[in-house]
Amino acid sequence: MAIEVDMMKKVPVREQDPKVRATNFDEVCLGYNAEEAQAESTRCLNCKNPKCVAGCPVRINIPAFIQKIKGGDFRGAYETISESSSLPAVCGRVCPQETQCEGKCIRGIKGEAVSIGKLERFAADWAKENGVKPQPAAQKNGHKVAVIGAGPSGLTCAGDLAKMGYDVTIFEALHKAGGVLAYGIPEFRLPKDRVVQKEIENVQGLGVKIQTDVVIGKSVTVDELMEKEGYEAVFIGSGAGLPRFMNIPGETALGVFSANEYLTRNNLMKAYRDDYYTPIHRGKKVVVVGGGNVAMDAARTALRLGAEVHIVYRRSEAELPARREEVHHAKEEGIIFDLLTNPVEILEDEQTGWVKGVRLIRMELGEPDASGRRRPVEIPGSEYVMDCDTVIMALGTSPNPLISSTTDGLEVNKKNCILANEETGKTTKEGVFAGGDAVTGAATVILAMGAGKDAAKSIDEYIRSKNS
Amino acid sequence: MYKILSAEKLNSVIYKMVVEAPRAAEHCQPGQFIIVRADEYGERIPLTICDYDRAAGTITIVFQPIGNSTKRLAEFKAGDSFMDFVGPLGKPSDLVSTPIEELKKRHMVFIAGGVGTAPVYCQVKWLHEHGITADVIIGCKTHDILIMEDEFKKVSNLYVTTDDGSYQRKGMVTQCLQDLIEKEGRHYDWCVAIGPMIMMKFVCKMTKEYGIHTVVSMNPIMVDGTGMCGACRLIVGDQVKFA
Repeated sequence: MAIEVDMMKKVPVREQDPKVRATNFDEVCLGYNAEEAQAESTRCLNCKNPKCVAGCPVRINIPAFIQKIKGGDFRGAYETISESSSLPAVCGRVCPQETQCEGKCIRGIKGEAVSIGKLERFAADWAKENGVKPQPAAQKNGHKVAVIGAGPSGLTCAGDLAKMGYDVTIFEALHKAGGVLAYGIPEFRLPKDRVVQKEIENVQGLGVKIQTDVVIGKSVTVDELMEKEGYEAVFIGSGAGLPRFMNIPGETALGVFSANEYLTRNNLMKAYRDDYYTPIHRGKKVVVVGGGNVAMDAARTALRLGAEVHIVYRRSEAELPARREEVHHAKEEGIIFDLLTNPVEILEDEQTGWVKGVRLIRMELGEPDASGRRRPVEIPGSEYVMDCDTVIMALGTSPNPLISSTTDGLEVNKKNCILANEETGKTTKEGVFAGGDAVTGAATVILAMGAGKDAAKSIDEYIRSKNS
Repeated sequence: MYKILSAEKLNSVIYKMVVEAPRAAEHCQPGQFIIVRADEYGERIPLTICDYDRAAGTITIVFQPIGNSTKRLAEFKAGDSFMDFVGPLGKPSDLVSTPIEELKKRHMVFIAGGVGTAPVYCQVKWLHEHGITADVIIGCKTHDILIMEDEFKKVSNLYVTTDDGSYQRKGMVTQCLQDLIEKEGRHYDWCVAIGPMIMMKFVCKMTKEYGIHTVVSMNPIMVDGTGMCGACRLIVGDQVKFA
């Protein structure tokens, strides 16, 4: 049966029922099938001056791939995307499309934007299911490049360099490649074996070697990689791994976690599964502090582990930095939002040392601050206590100083972000390039990929000029 | 994979293994730790380095199985391999960054209890290699659970005390420390204590009275071991620190 398309509305995407999915870790969004994808693709206006492409940090030729889906050439669609993106199955799932490609879509002026993210995901998933893979370079050029960190920027940079013929090795501190895709984003949003692992295998298929369990700055330094191990250039894509805390009383009580810890236990160590040994605290009532994607991920994870979950955020709904889809999904699943509220103290049971509640204060929005958002201001005398047995701090992260503090001549700013040229990724140290969250502080997967891509290009130029 | 070259039981509860890990062995210093994961399902377990051999590319670990994952570690035999073995992690002991001349002026005593004996060895051996022989007190409940006595004798002035008096001195490590200072004319201005929390607590109480600068070893829960998850945070003085 043909799908009737309302040109003003997206073809709905199938999702697991909220009540069912609140109790499992399977992927929430089931994605388009071929018929649905082709129906949605008819909504694309194939603009001559495509604003969506300008909104994409890696400049995917969006109208071109959508037209290919429309014509049933799914392989062609994947190949078009692959020219610009090395992790399309990931980006189709986790990009904030509403502020990027879809935010610029002309169709979106009067109706709903074309579902570009879902179409990208469809093409990438189709390629996986049909064994279509990116092709390795025909010839190796013999030059060695080291990439630090197997997250989005590192995988992209390594993949692009391998396609150009470089001999690339990625060094990963954890025991699994993927970076934030492995430890941070939950299974229900980004399946690990079916999606992340396959994307990594594609990068390895290009000839990239991955050494896990190597902490650069500890197991070996950047200088040693270049001087002793013969790497001509190094790309640092080590991410933003250090969690921020509020520095309020009670924060070291038992039952207070950083979102990084909570999510790492669950995603990387698979604590939600009985066959893995790593434990996780299954709270009864969980308070998650923060309003970004990580806060949503932590909240929805806690919910799936059986808790009543409250998101405490100091601004209002309009300012929530999370993707709209995540907020929507979280609400559907029953997460309770306590907006314009901020913790002032974590209450600890003196006998057990465990969290027993949080003292919260109500906030109101004042004048805009440096970020352009209205500054939240405490309302005097509005404090109240919420009982809970778990608190998860999702307040953002900053880069780990492990690498910068052990590399001669590599400069950072006062937030420990590595200083690098925005277009080339060049750092203050010759032959060393950097990109992604290690440079910008916590941002998105796609921006990190874009930086990895740009750096691959300038590493190629650097090595060519050095050897000419 | 990281091959186990030897595995032995030091007493009824403590295991020692020598593991091939060239990168960690090349760079590690006393006071640092590694993280081991037995297999795909295991936890990431932080263990302080007991000894290393840079030439052979090996790290020695000593551990006492308590939880599921450490029990699983104990099942491994020589010739088997651990899935993951990463390091060195954490900060080296301050000994490493202190000039040798200054260390020679210090009067140091190391106090070890239980499985904490292993990390003390790494520091004491390092000092011995740099021409300094420190005093070491090892405390244990009974003689049969004393570990690494011969190794310590080669690199330190060793005093052993057992709770029940079944070997050498009788009493807790604090008793031994007090006797050494009050009755045997030893003088200390620097103490490193590694062992059960309760032992370190009473050592600190005593050394505070004597005005001896004291360093203890905290082993908080960890997941990644690089600072990423913040599970290792604890309060020292009034400040939150990451171990």
